[in-house]
Amino acid sequence: MGSLIKVWDIPGGVHPPENKTQSLQLPLGKAPLPPSLTLPLNQHIGKPAKPVVQVGERVLGGQLVAEAEGIFSARVHAPSSGTVSAIEDRLIPHPSGYSAPCVVIELDGKDEWVPLERCEDVNSLSKSDILDKIRAAGIAGLGGAGFPTSVKLNPRADHKIHTLILNGTECEPYITADDILMQTKAEEVVAGSQLLAKLLDFPEKILIGVEDNKPEAIAALEKAAEGTEIQVISFPTKYPSGGEKQLIQILTGEEVPSGQIPASIGVVCQNVGTTVAAYRAVRYGEPLVSRITTLVGEALETQRNVEVLLGTPIEFLLEEHGFNAKKASRLVMGGPMMGFALPDPSVPVIKTTNCILAPTKKELPPPQPAQACIRCGLCAEACPASLLPQQLFWYAQSEDFEKLEAHSLFDCIECGACSYVCPSHIPLVQYYRASKGAIRLHQQEKEKSDRARRRFEFRQERIAKEEAEKAAKREARKKAAEEAKRKLAEQGNDSAPRKSVDPVADALAKAQAKQQSPEVQRAKLERSLEAAKSSLERARQPLEPSEPGVEVTDEQKEKQKARIKQAELKVQEAEKKLQQLTQDAQAPESKPEPEAKSKPDTKAKSDDPVAAAIAKAQAKMNMSPEDKLRSSLESLYKRLSKAEEKAAAAREAGDEKADALQQGVDKLKQKIADTQKELDEQKPSTVAEPSSASRHNDDVASQAIERAKAKAAAMETMSAEDKLRAQIESVKARLEKARERLANAEAEENENVEAFRTGVTKLEDKLQQLTEDR
Amino acid sequence: MLDLIVQNPIVSALIALGGLALVFGAVLGFAAVRFRLEEDPVIQQIDDLLPQTQCGQCGYPGCRPYAQAIANGDAINKCPPGGQATINSLADLLDVEAPTLDAEHGEESDVKKVAYIREDECIGCTKCIQACPVDAIIGAAKQMHTVIVDECTGCDLCVEPCPVDCIDMLPVETGLNQWKWDKPAPIEERPLNIIASDRGTTGEAA
Repeated sequence: MGSLIKVWDIPGGVHPPENKTQSLQLPLGKAPLPPSLTLPLNQHIGKPAKPVVQVGERVLGGQLVAEAEGIFSARVHAPSSGTVSAIEDRLIPHPSGYSAPCVVIELDGKDEWVPLERCEDVNSLSKSDILDKIRAAGIAGLGGAGFPTSVKLNPRADHKIHTLILNGTECEPYITADDILMQTKAEEVVAGSQLLAKLLDFPEKILIGVEDNKPEAIAALEKAAEGTEIQVISFPTKYPSGGEKQLIQILTGEEVPSGQIPASIGVVCQNVGTTVAAYRAVRYGEPLVSRITTLVGEALETQRNVEVLLGTPIEFLLEEHGFNAKKASRLVMGGPMMGFALPDPSVPVIKTTNCILAPTKKELPPPQPAQACIRCGLCAEACPASLLPQQLFWYAQSEDFEKLEAHSLFDCIECGACSYVCPSHIPLVQYYRASKGAIRLHQQEKEKSDRARRRFEFRQERIAKEEAEKAAKREARKKAAEEAKRKLAEQGNDSAPRKSVDPVADALAKAQAKQQSPEVQRAKLERSLEAAKSSLERARQPLEPSEPGVEVTDEQKEKQKARIKQAELKVQEAEKKLQQLTQDAQAPESKPEPEAKSKPDTKAKSDDPVAAAIAKAQAKMNMSPEDKLRSSLESLYKRLSKAEEKAAAAREAGDEKADALQQGVDKLKQKIADTQKELDEQKPSTVAEPSSASRHNDDVASQAIERAKAKAAAMETMSAEDKLRAQIESVKARLEKARERLANAEAEENENVEAFRTGVTKLEDKLQQLTEDR
Repeated sequence: MLDLIVQNPIVSALIALGGLALVFGAVLGFAAVRFRLEEDPVIQQIDDLLPQTQCGQCGYPGCRPYAQAIANGDAINKCPPGGQATINSLADLLDVEAPTLDAEHGEESDVKKVAYIREDECIGCTKCIQACPVDAIIGAAKQMHTVIVDECTGCDLCVEPCPVDCIDMLPVETGLNQWKWDKPAPIEERPLNIIASDRGTTGEAA
């Protein structure tokens, strides 16, 4: 069948000794249960899985141990029954020799399993059911990279897949894991291919590519594929035909464009081992907990393929196969071309462990010392990706990342063909790997520094904006202060203080408002005393009925007591204030009280400044004329007695001025008599007819009263309650702001914290007062 | 008209030249306004090379101000976080000799660091938040603060203002994502035992 299909060739390639027969002498074996399994959480490309078991928990075979995190991730299952002994960082099989989070399971040897969900009729399943089952089984590419299979089998809608390729090439020397799988499980490979074909909407071609050095596998596959649309294609052995892009080129003649995935040219490529695992996951519900691994190398007594549980320590496997540590030059995971030396034999087998190579020094000698490049160009001839390894080598040496990228470093598949052919034994691939890593890190750093730059610039902008806002506020405050000053100056001329927006005038008004008439003050205090008393009453009330029967918790009682105490305190305070007020009022009672009473047109509520002004003006007017006359009379009497004294003294001394003095005394007497007469006249008429002397005075005062009244009327349009409410609102707003400022100050540990705090308390007091007024 | 041009070739030439001068002058004037550069493009290039730690060790309040200063002729060896690599690339860009790092501004450290707040000791003073040039510390007054590790540039600026010294600079953990293969040692530095008599020391199968 294969002969009917044209196969293409790839550029370059090498023919290293195959060394595949050693491990094929024995049939596929099964590794015994190890005492414990170490399951790394990141056996695939992508995000590590998240453990879902606890330390000490008993797990059964096939039980989910770690859940996939996102799409680019794969689940991890327990390969056998046992107890989770640790979830911690362990050495993992990775060239870095780093540790990574692992779930460690101590096996109990019973190998008990969770019930598996079998599916007798695979064809009846829908596409999404199949994908779900594959995803749930935690299947990742078993060929070497470990790409989550469910992602690869779910290509983007705009990628129409016309060819499904199954990779049974296994081009790397020594490795025979896929070979033995195809020999023993050919039917499953075919069934799996059909399953994947269904997932990909039945591509036109389903090809299984196998190198011609595996005749038994080819025969088995052809037998199994008989009567199906699946074609088994064999092609000449050459390393690295098994690379995904290389195999696609061999079987279709098309090249995957640089930087793109095979699906972009309508091809999906899957490893045969992965295909079987996917089939078993769908058909038998088996999660991916074991794989076939080649154990090979002269340092082992038995070289063969074994089916091994994931997580089995490589140490344990080697012991089982008679490992002679003295003979071995090193331990390699993967093949001699692309594998890497294991940091420690204690690391576990993972999903991508296709081979463990334990070669002797003779078999795989340590690399020879590198010599200078002689520019022979053999590497360029060997490169399967048609790159220029020599150029890349120079640029890698000088770390010229731009040039490396320009020469398509990232198309290098790291197959090692160039290093293999290099007569100077230059470890070319290692240069490329190092450069790739450096470029990747460089990009990461660049991204990070760009982000830092953006954040820094954003912060600068924000700070500038805040500064600007602060400056604007400062400016506004300054303006307001100037305005206030100006207004204050105006007020110096104007007798009645005006209610204005600026704070100074506000303060002034407030001070004047405090000089409320005692009547109002008393009324207010009496009201608040009343309120305090009633609240005391209320506070006492609930306690009494509770005493006879119903239980009262201590807490409640405490609260009650506290409330009563508070109320009592309030009552006391109110009483004290009232008392003080009456005392205050008693002394000057005669003066201010009649005034307050004598002004029926003035609002008794004197907490507004206009009314206060009116009161002042009227007080002035009321003083005249009787009182004025009386006071002038008094002063006249004083002056008269003095003048009489002086006149007497002068007479005794025989002074010539005595006569003049006597005259003055007479004049004063006359004046007193006049004043007395005037006063007597005044008495009956009192205020009704002010004297001519006081008329002028009266006029000025009444003018002031007129003015003030007009203002009062303007303010009166707002009802008293509204005004009060507005005041409360504004005080509340100010309190809010003050609190904010205090919080800020506290946060910044400002030295003005105390000032802010007193401001807040003052405002709080004021607010309380206002609310009480209401 | 034609006659006039033919008769007074000099005058017509002058008019033609003057007209061209006016047209080109207008085009150039428009271009000068329309395509005006806000700042020297070299500043952006320099800024791109600086490590953006915003640490201020150079004496300027951030990387961009230092880039401006370099463009105005300041020395290029004042950036310890960038180290010799940054100095070299700056020298390359500006076509000058690469000096060594000015020790006055600090030493180059091989290990990248990030700030770590010992959270149970934090008193929530917000001082470090105000100090952080990239807003990488979150928290509020009287609340515990913490560092967004991914955004921290390791600039050290938050360590000084902390009143309770609860900020440590810890080396960045290098996980698998940061790992890369080592570059092989340069050929000149490797032992070259390729003479036949030396073979025994390098391996029997040469």
